[in-house]
Amino acid sequence: MADLAKGIENNDPLVKGLVEGGIDAPVDDSRRKFLTAATAAAAGVGAVFVAIPFLSTWAPSERAKALGAPTELDLSKLEPGQMAVIIWRKQQIYVVHRTPEMLSSLGNHDARLKDPTSSNSDQPDYAKNPIRAIRPDFLVLIGICTHLGCLPKPRFDKAVPELGADWPGGFFCPCHGSRFDLAGRVFAGSPASVNLRIPPYSIHDSTLVVGVDSAKGAA
Amino acid sequence: MAATPSPNPSVPAAKGFKAWLYRRLPVQDFIETQLTGYYAPKNFNIWYFFGSLALVVLVLQLVTGIFLTMFYKVGENTAFDSVEFIMREVNWGWLMRYLHSTGASAFFIVVYLHMFRAFLYGSYKAPRELLWLFGMFVYLALMAEAFFGYVLPWGNMSFWGAQVIVNLFGTIPGIGPGLVEWIRGDYGIADATLNRFFALHVVAVPLALLLLVVLHLVALRQTGSNNPDGIEIKERLGPNGKPLDGIPFHPYYTVKDIFGVGVFFIIFAMVVFFVPTFGGLFLEAPNFEPANPLSTPEHIAPVWYFTPYYAILRAVPDQRMGALLMALSVMAFLFVPWLDRSPVKSMRYRGWKSRIALAIFAVTFIALMYLGLQPAEGLYVILARIFTVLYFAFFILMPFYSREPSKPVPERVTYHAH
Repeated sequence: MADLAKGIENNDPLVKGLVEGGIDAPVDDSRRKFLTAATAAAAGVGAVFVAIPFLSTWAPSERAKALGAPTELDLSKLEPGQMAVIIWRKQQIYVVHRTPEMLSSLGNHDARLKDPTSSNSDQPDYAKNPIRAIRPDFLVLIGICTHLGCLPKPRFDKAVPELGADWPGGFFCPCHGSRFDLAGRVFAGSPASVNLRIPPYSIHDSTLVVGVDSAKGAA
Repeated sequence: MAATPSPNPSVPAAKGFKAWLYRRLPVQDFIETQLTGYYAPKNFNIWYFFGSLALVVLVLQLVTGIFLTMFYKVGENTAFDSVEFIMREVNWGWLMRYLHSTGASAFFIVVYLHMFRAFLYGSYKAPRELLWLFGMFVYLALMAEAFFGYVLPWGNMSFWGAQVIVNLFGTIPGIGPGLVEWIRGDYGIADATLNRFFALHVVAVPLALLLLVVLHLVALRQTGSNNPDGIEIKERLGPNGKPLDGIPFHPYYTVKDIFGVGVFFIIFAMVVFFVPTFGGLFLEAPNFEPANPLSTPEHIAPVWYFTPYYAILRAVPDQRMGALLMALSVMAFLFVPWLDRSPVKSMRYRGWKSRIALAIFAVTFIALMYLGLQPAEGLYVILARIFTVLYFAFFILMPFYSREPSKPVPERVTYHAH
């Protein structure tokens, strides 16, 4: 009540309206607009916060994350020239035991590649080299075409008839015709614009661990 | 009980239950304003069947969809088997599914013809821009609905189609990869993805579709229908205050539309009973194999109604540009009311440039539809590039060619009594 008395004393318009006017008192439009805007703004902020849990339900669940744990492969069982396919996070991981001939072919076609140095491509730093690997003899790739997610097929033989006489061996995507070399680098003229991705991985003796970085902890 | 006076003096006052009802629900008002008192142009032709047909197909999809939901089991290990269960063991289950799958294709046939009608008679032009936009939003919602529905049987084409389409969002700079993971809810297309697509297909998108259809119809009632002459019939009113060139929607057009529905269902039933897969166009062969994340189908192609845009996507050598052009090719329709600068609406009174442009566009759309179904190699890619250029030229050049001189538009609609 003391505040009300003070309001009357100071000629506060709201208090004056309360005391004198009731419903017939003049409407303070600017005050009404301000309060409407403030209410709307507060409700808007609230709506954004309420949206967060709803939108977050769509992110990978705890179970999906647990199932995405690292995957291992014993490299000693992979013969030179062979490819093994393992699954990590529901993605096919191609592991190729490259022969010396396969490796020697890599340096000869840089001019025909879109990104020979992998500067625009996605790979851990320790695989950002011309052979795109930690150990030259083992290539580890995510076997998903960087164009639209199909599975590139291994075409390791040189000069396969359907890929032309200058084919050095590599991967061919049957969906939209993207071509990659034996380091997963994309050839010019393919719809894919970047090289095949390389997952975080490390090699301990002869065990490959996909999902754990070479230097740091789990990816 | 007092009789409720009718708003129209020529209609006798209602008695008994009708009077009781009308006092409590505006049934009479609705019939009066939306059906018997709503005047539509009297010169409608065959192109005006497809709006009401789209509504009929929507109801068909809702009813068959509800029944399919009673037997379908969402989940990566159950979805494919439950669809086979519907096909082989549920009584008449095959009919429910074929009605639904054929209905999806029929929906797009009807909607494409409905859209072509709008181009033919300038139905998107002022004052019907908003009507056109609501129609386009219906079309976009329909595309989403069809895509989510296609994933549900969890066949191999469902899986890889979802993979390709979801990965398109990955081409958005910066947020792309995170966005894709959020859409999938896993590190690949998985059970989580199937579950959310099911929720969107059976609840969220149908609700949005119904709301948009209501808005489309409300906007139509506000402006009134256009007609093959592109004349505003509301500008010439008779002594009763109704358009001289208009006739009551009911009974004249309700009866006409029911006849159209009859013809439609004869053709529709022939497809459902004799060629439900339509040679792989309505239901694709690889989708009769369960989803297999480790084996891509030899040749991934979406269902025919998406192939024009898919052909544009593949025609561009750069994937980000391809995805962008594909999005633009769909969005281009939204701008048509403002790109068309013709002083007249109907093709009947436009010059040769507009007519040729529309003819080329129709051919282009069908050509891209065909090319999107073919493998992306050799001549097909070159043709897809040519038609992609023609596709965008239709929209980009519209402000120029549509400004050509037009023929005089008559004051009254062209109408010959039968």
